[in-house]
Amino acid sequence: MKKKFFIIIFLIFSLSQKSYGYSSDPKQFISEIVEEAKKILVATNSKEFKTKKLSEMALNTVDIKGVAYYSLGKYRKEMNDEQLNKYLSLFEKYFLKSFTSRLADYSDPKIDVLSIEVLNPKYTIVRSLLIATDKKPEVKIEWRVYTKNPDKPLIRDLIIEGLSLARTQKEEFASVIESNNGDFTKLFDTLKEFAAK
Amino acid sequence: MIKKILYTLCLCLFLQINIANAGSEGSEELSKTKGTAEECFEGVSRAMFKFNHALDKAIFKPVAKGYRALPVPIRKGTGNVVDNLRSLLTLSNNVLQGEFGRAGNTAARFGINTTAGILGIFDPATKLGFEDQGKEDFGQTLGAWGTESGCYFVLPILGPTTARDAVGLVGNIFIDPIYQITHNTEIRNGIVGNGNYSEHNYYYYRGTGAVDFRAKNIESFESLEENSIDLYASLKSLYLQNRARKISNSTSIVATQDDSDWEEIEN
Repeated sequence: MKKKFFIIIFLIFSLSQKSYGYSSDPKQFISEIVEEAKKILVATNSKEFKTKKLSEMALNTVDIKGVAYYSLGKYRKEMNDEQLNKYLSLFEKYFLKSFTSRLADYSDPKIDVLSIEVLNPKYTIVRSLLIATDKKPEVKIEWRVYTKNPDKPLIRDLIIEGLSLARTQKEEFASVIESNNGDFTKLFDTLKEFAAK
Repeated sequence: MIKKILYTLCLCLFLQINIANAGSEGSEELSKTKGTAEECFEGVSRAMFKFNHALDKAIFKPVAKGYRALPVPIRKGTGNVVDNLRSLLTLSNNVLQGEFGRAGNTAARFGINTTAGILGIFDPATKLGFEDQGKEDFGQTLGAWGTESGCYFVLPILGPTTARDAVGLVGNIFIDPIYQITHNTEIRNGIVGNGNYSEHNYYYYRGTGAVDFRAKNIESFESLEENSIDLYASLKSLYLQNRARKISNSTSIVATQDDSDWEEIEN
């Protein structure tokens, strides 16, 4: 009985490890994501294929809930549980649409993962460089990796040439709420419309 | 008349900056507002933004796309020449900020690229170890001297700015050697001047710089347009973050981004 129990526990543990499948080292974690993205963004793959695979990758590697809370800023504390749940559900759809749309147009990107900076036990910054092409200049990309669970790092932000995407999103959300006199439902409608585009 | 308007505008903007300074409570408070600014007059700015956006679609973007059709060496050479001329304004600001190491680097880059780089077409300075350390302007200098950004607004054609950066735009004219050479030659033309250096050449060079910048960012801007739920707010955020980063002269995000908001988010 005891043996069976341990085998079941071991199997569950192994499976859960396999389903995540990324390194716990932040630099290696980002290198693996970059390699995976390169394979997805091969020029011959269709846009639908890219979108599907990028969504799966984002669900596994981005702390979507954390980014959702951050994007709400001070308004997070003003929402009740029902509003917050509705928001989280809408945000995930919005985020995946936005994330895949931003990346799906790239073909065969060349990204070098360069170095890391441990900010504190919860956050590590991984620095990388998108190599220049004939059309686009070289771009510095920094990844804010959430390392509170050291076994399962998650991405919380992309900082492109020093500009934080999460912060830009947060200020956009605040602008939508403020220009509608603090009405959260307008933000919900906007997110819903965006995801349905 | 134009001078009077300019003086009145400068005075108003200085007042805005002073109000912003008076409103801050020490360095801790300032660090929390890193890269943020109140709106001066949001309604007008949003209208101006719409106007600029339409102008961009009708003129600037097509011109940038045409420029992008030129062969890479021509575009690269053009961009290098413009950057080389622009580095003189950076040099003035390096000195005003007391950044003498950077000033030396900028001067060396200018000297090498103007001579060995054939009037700035090539960039041998980077290969010799004098790497580009970024552009500086008078708005950044005011920021480095401790002036807060003041309120945010959008100028016709020139785009997003703050009270401090608008004063900086005026200041740039006085400390940009290229403007001074072309302007002074224009007004003294026939006495000591040379028609080749007339003032309109300054505007050609600035215009070419703007087209080069727009051409390098066609896809980035399209992606932003496509993925923003409030493009005006997105551009405001990006502009203010970029200015904060440039003023800090730092590549560390700890120096340029406020981390306190992230600390609250637990999963």
